[in-house]
Amino acid sequence: MPEGQQPILELQGITKSFGGVEALRGVDFALYPGEIHGLVGENGAGKSTLMKIIAGVHTEFSGRFLVDGKEMHFRSTRDAHAAGIAMVHQELSVAPDLTVAENVFLGNQPTNRLGLVQWRRMAREAGEQLARFGIDVDPMARLGDLPIGLQQLIEIARVLFSGARIVILDEPTSALSPPEVERLFATLRRLREEGTAIVFISHFIEDILRVSDTVTVFRNGRKVAETASAATSKGALIEAMIGRGGEALEHSYTDDLMLPQPSASKVVLKVDQLSLSRSLQDISFEARAGEVLGIYGFMGCGQQELSRILFGKLKPDGGTLAVEGTPKTFASTAAARRAGVALVPESRRDMLFHQEPVYKNISISILDRISALLLKPARERDIAKRQVEQLQIRPPVVGLDLGMLSGGNQQKVALAKWLTYPPKLLVLCEPTRGMDVGAKNDVINIVRDLRARGLAIIVLSTEPETVLSLADRILVLKRGTLVREFRNEPVSKDRLLEAA
Amino acid sequence: MSSETALAAGRRARGLAPFLRSQMRNIAPFLTLIFLTAFFAFASPSFATLDNLGNILTQVSVTGIIAVGLTFVILCAEIDLSIASIANVTGIAVAYFTLQESYVNIANVPLPGAVAIILSILLCALLGLVNALGLTVIGIPSFIMTLAMMQIAAGISALLVRGQIAYKVPSLITTLGSGSIGGIPWIVIVAAIMLLGGHLVLTYTRFGRYVYMVGGNREAAEYSGLNVKLILGAVMVISAVCSGIGGMLGVAHFGSAQQNEFDTYLLDSIAAVVVGGTSLFGGRGGIGNTIVGLFVLGVLNNGLDHVNIDSFLKILIRGLILLAALVINVYAQHLREKAAE
Repeated sequence: MPEGQQPILELQGITKSFGGVEALRGVDFALYPGEIHGLVGENGAGKSTLMKIIAGVHTEFSGRFLVDGKEMHFRSTRDAHAAGIAMVHQELSVAPDLTVAENVFLGNQPTNRLGLVQWRRMAREAGEQLARFGIDVDPMARLGDLPIGLQQLIEIARVLFSGARIVILDEPTSALSPPEVERLFATLRRLREEGTAIVFISHFIEDILRVSDTVTVFRNGRKVAETASAATSKGALIEAMIGRGGEALEHSYTDDLMLPQPSASKVVLKVDQLSLSRSLQDISFEARAGEVLGIYGFMGCGQQELSRILFGKLKPDGGTLAVEGTPKTFASTAAARRAGVALVPESRRDMLFHQEPVYKNISISILDRISALLLKPARERDIAKRQVEQLQIRPPVVGLDLGMLSGGNQQKVALAKWLTYPPKLLVLCEPTRGMDVGAKNDVINIVRDLRARGLAIIVLSTEPETVLSLADRILVLKRGTLVREFRNEPVSKDRLLEAA
Repeated sequence: MSSETALAAGRRARGLAPFLRSQMRNIAPFLTLIFLTAFFAFASPSFATLDNLGNILTQVSVTGIIAVGLTFVILCAEIDLSIASIANVTGIAVAYFTLQESYVNIANVPLPGAVAIILSILLCALLGLVNALGLTVIGIPSFIMTLAMMQIAAGISALLVRGQIAYKVPSLITTLGSGSIGGIPWIVIVAAIMLLGGHLVLTYTRFGRYVYMVGGNREAAEYSGLNVKLILGAVMVISAVCSGIGGMLGVAHFGSAQQNEFDTYLLDSIAAVVVGGTSLFGGRGGIGNTIVGLFVLGVLNNGLDHVNIDSFLKILIRGLILLAALVINVYAQHLREKAAE
């Protein structure tokens, strides 16, 4: 940390809560000009909340907020912009149908006196800016035609060259290939020389250690460590992120957990050399009956794409799928369902009909089994009632509109729709995300029960606890490739994070 | 039915006002109908008579037959702009396959009545299938796909009649279109049967449930393993066939088959479905709503003829009523979404 220098940005005692839950508790944070400051912490530790306060997204909080030593209070992202603060969000926010140049100048295209866009000037300047970044593309090419990694680099370039003095990057490297990461880092270092202050959030701790000067660690809404990057290690940072104090209520999975002998039962799903453009490469694995296969990886590692391919929602570019030995190419989700595959996606909104009663939500996937032509509402209700009882869905009223149930109960309904006629293979994406401890345990018990009934189950999650609490065998997915398999050996949160 | 009552109880527990708000799409059209009927009954002594009720029923029959299929399409959150054109071409086709009087200057292909009817229905089903393939396989938005089909069907019509007018249609069609039984026009009976059939399919069959679910949340339907494309394709074919039947009976009803005969039915049919309260965003509404919408339009069109009003102003009034219905339709959706939160 530069001694004696005035911080460009200083936060003191920041506290922020969402609906009674404290996301940040008394956090101090200082950022100096010409510094790259890495932020690490688990999902929900408070990193993104803090950055959104800095970028003017969240405007309600308590604590002091100083820019150049002067107290400020942003009312919007525009105010933050005016103060020279810009942020690249985790999700790509580009206009794929516009040209590269238009994207670089989005919102402030150069115009002449009549207000007409100066296309030639825009193209030239965009080309120059991108060249500084080591990106060689035609500025008049349609952005959407470029690979995702390049699109992300262009978005980052737009923010970096917008003249901001403080730049926040949230998970900038998740969609980038190694050479693209190198180019990004080279540019960040050059901007640091020019005096820009950069905040770099990432799950990839190696990346953080390589590029940042200082690292701050968050845990449960608190800042738990701040050190010079040169003075720490990956192991030390992971330890600080997870915490050894046992302060968490739940099983923290910090100690080794012994995975069982791999199952020798029937292979239900065989995936061979699956690939999908830049998202997945050469994915091969098997899922067996009566076994829970966990697939762990960071956000954007390709889990979502993989789950969609298994359910026929996305078509892979290459590779094969076989269900119980029969090769399959799913033309639709209906084909996947008929082959005995079921998917519960991470977003309940995608899975459920909020304006329809619970029983229709539960029966929708099995209607063809219970009625040929005419509906049998009484039968549907009976089936739904049985599921509601078994899964302890509250309130236990199958005629109630789904939208009136709590999130955890909705998640149970999403599971319930597959359980009356159990599939051969059940794919669960983030099955316990956003649930309280009680609901989490309910879901864990349901999954264990299904395993006992002989289903092959795949659990994909970005939360190590979810995978550790459910899986018999764990695959680690990193930037679209399977990098490690844990089987019949000790595993812990540390080991998972280390592998990913 | 026990969970129906539980459902009602659940709603009661939340109070009457939210329930009314969530039901606004059903209540508003009905109030509009009552208001319009009362207004015209008061303004004109000739309006509220049994004879005139018969008039209104007959006047809305062709629209009603077309609107059955359109209800399926709009429930899926799609649109079919080719309904009037397909009605027209099917009506022309059935006349084309019937022997015309010697003074009709059309190079037609006379066939037995049953064959003529079957070929005409195949024609409209085929046009609906083209809509379906364009929408689901190629992925053209239904708005654009059916706009193209509107032109294609009009083009086929033009080629078949070449500016002439045909009069004869098979006797079955003549009877159903312009005959009556016990004082009740057959066309009203056909419309009633088709509306009832549509209602039964939507309410009591698995396919009907799929239509509502696809319209309610297409993404969720796909994640539930439904064949969404098949369902969307089916509703486009149903819409075209309903339009074709409406077109054949319409030709018999009007007594002639010619170009551009059904142009006003496009707007009328869409208006009937939407005014009735079926959500433009899909998943809400049904044939019951369409029937109310048909009556609103029928009473309005008929009533305006009974009161002394500038006939050119009527067009504007109809437009304004449609706009009001659209506002209510979209507003009702917002209210419902709020009530759900």
